[in-house]
Amino acid sequence: MQRLEAGASIDGFELVERLQSGGMASLWRAKNPKFDFPLLLKVPFLDPGGDVSVILGFEAEELILKRLSGPHVPRFAASGGLADVPYIAMEFVAGVSLAEMAGRAPQPPEEVARIGAEIAKALAALHRQKVVHLDLKPENIILAERGAVLLDFGLARHAELPDLLGEEGSVPMGTAAYISPEQVLGERSDPASDLFALGCILYQLVTGEEPFGRPGTVAGMKRRLYHAPKPPRDIDKSIPRWLEAVILRCMEVDRSKRYAEAAHVLSDLRNPDQVVVARQRAPSNAGAWGTIRNLLRRTDEKALVGKPAGTRVRGGPPIVLAAVDLANGSDALAAEVLNETARVLAAREDSWLACITVLKTEIIADTPAADESGRLTYLKRLVALKDWARPLHLPEDRISYHVLEAVSPADAILNYAEHNDVGHIVVGARSSSAIRRHLGSVSTKVVARALCSVSVVRLKAVEEQRRLPP
Amino acid sequence: MRIAILSDIHANREAFDAVLEAVHERAPDQLVLLGDLVGYGPDPVYVVEKAADLVEDGAVCVMGNHDDAVVASRTDMTENARVAIEWTAERLAREHFDFLARLPLSLRSEDRLYVHASAERPEKWLYIRDAAAAERCLSSSDARFIFCGHTHIPAIYYALPGARPIHFSPLGNVAAPLSALRRHLVVVGAVGQPRDGNPAACFALLDTERREVTMVRVPYDHEETARKVQASGLPAWLGMRLKIGR
Repeated sequence: MQRLEAGASIDGFELVERLQSGGMASLWRAKNPKFDFPLLLKVPFLDPGGDVSVILGFEAEELILKRLSGPHVPRFAASGGLADVPYIAMEFVAGVSLAEMAGRAPQPPEEVARIGAEIAKALAALHRQKVVHLDLKPENIILAERGAVLLDFGLARHAELPDLLGEEGSVPMGTAAYISPEQVLGERSDPASDLFALGCILYQLVTGEEPFGRPGTVAGMKRRLYHAPKPPRDIDKSIPRWLEAVILRCMEVDRSKRYAEAAHVLSDLRNPDQVVVARQRAPSNAGAWGTIRNLLRRTDEKALVGKPAGTRVRGGPPIVLAAVDLANGSDALAAEVLNETARVLAAREDSWLACITVLKTEIIADTPAADESGRLTYLKRLVALKDWARPLHLPEDRISYHVLEAVSPADAILNYAEHNDVGHIVVGARSSSAIRRHLGSVSTKVVARALCSVSVVRLKAVEEQRRLPP
Repeated sequence: MRIAILSDIHANREAFDAVLEAVHERAPDQLVLLGDLVGYGPDPVYVVEKAADLVEDGAVCVMGNHDDAVVASRTDMTENARVAIEWTAERLAREHFDFLARLPLSLRSEDRLYVHASAERPEKWLYIRDAAAAERCLSSSDARFIFCGHTHIPAIYYALPGARPIHFSPLGNVAAPLSALRRHLVVVGAVGQPRDGNPAACFALLDTERREVTMVRVPYDHEETARKVQASGLPAWLGMRLKIGR
C-alpha cells in the first residue's frame, strides 16, 4: 500500500494537509479538479490483524453516505475499493465542531436551545432519508453556516439496506456517553435512538456535565435503563423549566414517552411557550420508588425501552398544520377544514396540531398589535381559533395556537411550515371567483410552494352558492 | 455488466411473458434461467420452447428439480407436485424432454455460480432457508457470488470468513448493495409461483459495476393463469396460491 503524505495522489485526489482524527481513519484535506467543492479524504487504518470493526465501519459509511443528500450531511464525492487504497472522498465542511462548544459547557440556555433546534432539523432530514445515525455525539456534529452537519456514518443504519454491522457480536455499538438504552440492548433501527443521544448532548451543553459519565462496560452502560440522571435544574436552577422538560423527554428510557420525531423536538425548542412542563420533573424511572419498581421488572429489559417509535412514525405526519380563515367567523369552510384536519390527525395517535390563522396587515412596518385595539383584535382571533379547534378534544400537549400577523397569509403559512418541519398542511379554498382567479388564492400558493403534502379543502360548489346573498 | 436472472418459472406463461417484457425494457447484457421451467403451471410446452429459443440466443439455463423429475419420472415429491409432474410429462414431446435432460446442474461464469437449489450437492435439491444452509452452500464453492432459486422467497446472505452469513430480505424494486468485502448468496424469488406473500412475479437484476442486485417485481394476470390451472384439471390449490403469493 502506498504511503500517505502531503502531495501524494490517490485516484486523482491530491493530499494537501493531514487533519486531526480519531483512531479509525486518517483525514486529509484534498484537491481534485473534478469536484467544485472543498474535499476531505478519509482513509481507514487497515492494519493486518487490526480491528475488524474498522473495515466494517468503513463499509457501512460508504454504503450510506453515497445515498444521502441535502445540506445536513457532507456531499459524497467518490470512494476507493478495498482491493487498492480504500478511501471515502467527501465534502470538507467548514464550521465549528460541537465538541469545541461542549468543551466550553455550560452554555447559555438560549444558545443550547438554538443549537438543539439546528441538530434536530438535521436529524429530521436524515430520518426522512430512512437513515438512523446511531453514533450522534459532539465530535460528529459541525455547526456550519448552512446549519448543523452530521458526520461519520460508520455505525449508521439504512432502513432499506442490510445491517451488515448489526449481527456482528453482542457488544453494544455506540459511544458510552450518548448511547440509547435500546442500542445497549442491541437494537439498531429506531430513529428515536438519535433523539436520546440529542438529549444527552443538550444536557451536557446546558449543565456542563455528562448525564451518564463514560462507562467502560456493558453493565455500566445498562445503568441508564434503571437510573435516571439528575434533572438539569438540580445542577443549575437558572435553566428554564421548559428546556429541562424537552431534554428529559428526549432521554426517556421508555420510547412511548420519548419524542418519536426530530421534527417535534425542533418545534418544541423553537416554541418554548408550547412545551408542557409536567409537575413531575424527573423521567418516570427516577427516584427510590422508580428504582425499586425497575428492579422488580429487571427480568425483562426489553419491556423497559418499549416499542420502537418507528411503528408510530409510519402511521402519518408528526406535525399537522391547519390554516383556517376566521376573518368572517367560523363558517362552513372552516368547519370542513376542521373535519379534514381530524381525519389527518387520526392517522397517528401522537401527531401534533399547529392551528394557524392569519391577521392580514396592510404594511409590514406597521405593528397593529402594539396599540390597544390591535391587541384586542389579536386576542379575539386567538379565542376564535381555540373555539374552532375545541371539537377535536386534543390534550394540550398535542396542540398549539398561532395568530400570525402578515401581509401575505400564504407566506406566513409557508414560513411557519418550513421553520417547524410540518409534515402536512390542511388549508381551505374559497370557490372560484374572477378576482381570485386573477390574483391567485392562498391555497394555490401554498400548494405550489409547500415542501410537504397539502390537503386543500373546498365546499361543493352548490353548497357554497347557497350561502351567497341573493 | 447487467444480468437478468429468472428462476422458478413453473410453466406460468403469463408471468414469464410479463417478466420477459420487463427484462427487455431493461436491456441486460445477459439472461440466466435458474431452473424449474416446468411443474405446477398449465403451460409447460410454451415455457420450454420459449426457454429453448432464449438459450439459442445466448441465454444460459440450469436444471431444476421439477425439470429433473419430468425427465427421470421421479415421484419423490409432494402430492400436488407429483400430480403436476405426471400431468406435464403427458404433454411434453421428445424434443422438450431432450432440452430439459441436457441442462447442467450448475454453471460457472467468471466469479458467479448459478445453481437451482444449493451449491452443496446440487443434485440433492437442498433448500436455503436459513444462515446455516447458506453457510454450507457458500463453503461448497469459491465463487464470490452464488445465485440460486428453489425456495421462491427472495433473500440475500452476506458472508465474511469466520462469521455466520447475515440474512437480508431485499425489498421489491430497491437495489440491494453487494459488498466488496464479502461473498454473497442471492436467492432469487420466483417468476411463476411467488411464495413471499406478494403475488407479483419476481426476477433479479444484477449490476456488476454498481455492485447492486435488485429484486424486480412484475405484476401479471394471475387470474388468467389460475383459470387455466382450473380448466386443465391440475390441483386447485396450484391456482389459488398464485392469487395470494404463498
